[in-house]
Amino acid sequence: MWENIKEFASTFFVTGDPLIYGADVSIALTMVAIVFVLTKYKKWGWLWREWLTTVDHKRIGIMYLIASLLMLFRGGVDALLMRVQLAFPNVEFLHSDHYNAIFTTHGTIMILFMAMPMMFGLFNMVVPLQLGARDVAYPFLNAVSFWLFMLGAMLFNLSFVIGGSPDAGWLSYPPLSQNDFSPGPGQNFWIWGIQISGIGSLATGINFIVTILKMRAPGMKLSNMPLFSWSVLSSSIMIIFAFPILTVTIALLFLDRFAGAHFFTMGGGGNPMMYLNLIWMWGHPEVYIVVVPAFGIFSEVVATFSKKTIFGYKSMVWALMSIAVASFFTWAHHFFTMGTSASVIIFFAISTMVIAIPTGVKIFNWLFTMFRGRISFKQPMLWTIAFIPCFVVGGATGVMLAVAPADYQYHNSYFLIAHFHQVLIGGVVFGYLAGIYYWWPKLFGFKLDEKLGRWGFWFWNIGFYVCFMPQYALGFMGMTRRYYTYGWDRGWADLNLISTVGAFLMGIGFIFQVWQIAYSIKHGERDTTGDPWNARTLEWSIPSPAPFYNFAVVPTVKGADDWWLTKQAKENGTYKEEPAHLEPIHMPKNSGIPFIMSLFFFLIGFGFTFHWVWMAVIGFIGVALCMWARSFQYDTDYYVPVEEVRSTEASLGRVY
Amino acid sequence: MATQHDHAHGHDHEHGHEEHEQLKVLGFWIFVVTDCILFGSLFATFAVLMHNFAGGPTGKELFELPGIIASTFILLTSSFTSGLAVLAMNKGKVKEMISWLAVTAVLGLAFVVLEINEFTHLMHEGATMATSAFWSAFFTLVGTHGLHVSVGLFWMVALMIQLKRRGITPVTRRKVTNLSLYWHFLDVVWIFLFTVVYLMGVM
Repeated sequence: MWENIKEFASTFFVTGDPLIYGADVSIALTMVAIVFVLTKYKKWGWLWREWLTTVDHKRIGIMYLIASLLMLFRGGVDALLMRVQLAFPNVEFLHSDHYNAIFTTHGTIMILFMAMPMMFGLFNMVVPLQLGARDVAYPFLNAVSFWLFMLGAMLFNLSFVIGGSPDAGWLSYPPLSQNDFSPGPGQNFWIWGIQISGIGSLATGINFIVTILKMRAPGMKLSNMPLFSWSVLSSSIMIIFAFPILTVTIALLFLDRFAGAHFFTMGGGGNPMMYLNLIWMWGHPEVYIVVVPAFGIFSEVVATFSKKTIFGYKSMVWALMSIAVASFFTWAHHFFTMGTSASVIIFFAISTMVIAIPTGVKIFNWLFTMFRGRISFKQPMLWTIAFIPCFVVGGATGVMLAVAPADYQYHNSYFLIAHFHQVLIGGVVFGYLAGIYYWWPKLFGFKLDEKLGRWGFWFWNIGFYVCFMPQYALGFMGMTRRYYTYGWDRGWADLNLISTVGAFLMGIGFIFQVWQIAYSIKHGERDTTGDPWNARTLEWSIPSPAPFYNFAVVPTVKGADDWWLTKQAKENGTYKEEPAHLEPIHMPKNSGIPFIMSLFFFLIGFGFTFHWVWMAVIGFIGVALCMWARSFQYDTDYYVPVEEVRSTEASLGRVY
Repeated sequence: MATQHDHAHGHDHEHGHEEHEQLKVLGFWIFVVTDCILFGSLFATFAVLMHNFAGGPTGKELFELPGIIASTFILLTSSFTSGLAVLAMNKGKVKEMISWLAVTAVLGLAFVVLEINEFTHLMHEGATMATSAFWSAFFTLVGTHGLHVSVGLFWMVALMIQLKRRGITPVTRRKVTNLSLYWHFLDVVWIFLFTVVYLMGVM
């Protein structure tokens, strides 16, 4: 018996590496600390009532944000470990297996468990407020989405200490990701972590399309909807078309591994290249899914901090929406070297270059918005200005990669690595950070400290160039991705060391930001006006932090940048105060079902990961019962009485 | 549920609900779009692998068309009867509606049973998921459709109980609308499936 347990534990838990034991200890200590604090301050009920069961889009947004920052930390530590390993030739810091696991989890986490939730966090925090809505179209489904993401992310991260991490690359190409080469549970963790959170992403896509199409305040036509909401619409449309492909692709990969199917196997008539095509049919739209909302953020920030209407609103909308279409016709540029006909390659090379057009249009629109504007260099604007040159260079190297004959040289080299980090950090991360700094006061009621933020900003920016510019050169010098070590004879030593220094500078930048948040909770400038940036759109017309029902009175919109128009009218004295008439507000009730159902999804994933079918069956039954229970719930909403609205508003300094 | 407060705003409440139910129908349409993409991916996979028998049995050797044609008619009929249920709903006849849904469910169940039968038969003949790429793609595509039908049955039973308890309200009306949309969609998928997998398979 004892022997059996020992044997089980030695395969179940990851053993043998001091780094992992360190992680084990820190995870255990964190868990104990959380349980201790919650128990000591009697916060279990609070946690359940206010957070685990909430359907409020703002709270869900905050939870997404917290989760994504934690994942940024984890993905960032992965990156630093890799850079330490590569800092000098012949370093023996990580074993090759461990290195493989780390670049796999770094990529997967950064895209799917950092960028995606940070994006969904911004969707949730901003879109309903910007539209003048009281919540998203389906608040319950929104909570389901969040918890599916969260439990999927937890499942994935568990692989670090239980069972072993996936190590077949962030997109897990077969045949490497098949049983022959990746036998353990690691690859299954990858499949189920992404599968579960992917279902949540799909639901979020549907939710925000309907929210944007149907929940806008009266008078807000699509043609004067704020650009961030447009970008969310574009992104959500891509989500609903791309994510089902991901669901199918990794389900098929799982069937190969679990049921001996022959979709992507070398024998039995399978076709590994089909996996590459399928995964990139999702994967390429995916990178636009995450970057397009960043474009929306820049559009809001540039207009606000230049005190001008955005230049070329219509061309902006056109550019945002055309990317949603074009993104689905470029996937094969990820494997020009596959060996297909010249005409196919030409099609994908040209379609890839075409993407640069709408992006260029946007860049010029932002520049022209700034032109002759009264620019104030607050943190959101800093990140926006840093984004423009960074993204232009990243875009240009992207066009270089699109030149198919040349791509045979660049393919999978550090040139590629530098390119996509430049567009993903320079575009997505800078954009989301700009958005977080911009909307933070609306969510929390205080600004993030300017001074610490500037330190963070400069460390990030300088670190970025120091880290990634050498990698372009390394690519030309023949260094390809996923090398875990190299010799002195290669001549790559200097540039790699510089790159590592840059990575650590970015790490310091992140520490400054964490410090900034901690510092600002106590000392940050309080926002008493609800409009700390003198901004333009509806979310700034209500108090900060926004009350749970958002708008005491749903606004009637008269034009683009409606809040700006209102402020202008007030200044000119042409503003007509309309008598505000408070009415009871219709709100959804909290529910524990999303959380519980996601736990059962977790059981499905965990069960299949270890081939414990009984556990997966329990999970499926649990999910079905949760759905059944929800279907029979009819008492799902309530009304907030006028008196409560009045007193809440009064406490925020607004009298009705 | 009806507190005094709800009474005071009874009218508002109904109105708010009606609007919200419409919203959910729109969302369900979009879900159906995503499901189309899901099946589209599976069809594409099948199209790529449909000739990769790897020395194993082919569809032509093992498919028994009479049974498939029977289940096709069963599913088509169930789509028709689910339409009749919606017509009864529009006339406000709850009992008739539940009866048509019951007929639909029985037909759907028959379809699923026939499919399970077919799969067991194929497995006895030596065609399993692991036989060849063709059979992997076959079982996955057809099985996913069958799974969708089974989920639909589960949902239908839940709705019949709710209809019995609550009658036709804006909420139950919306639910049945979505269900029948889903059911028709599965019917359409099956027509493609029947053509691409079975008819082209035996040609």
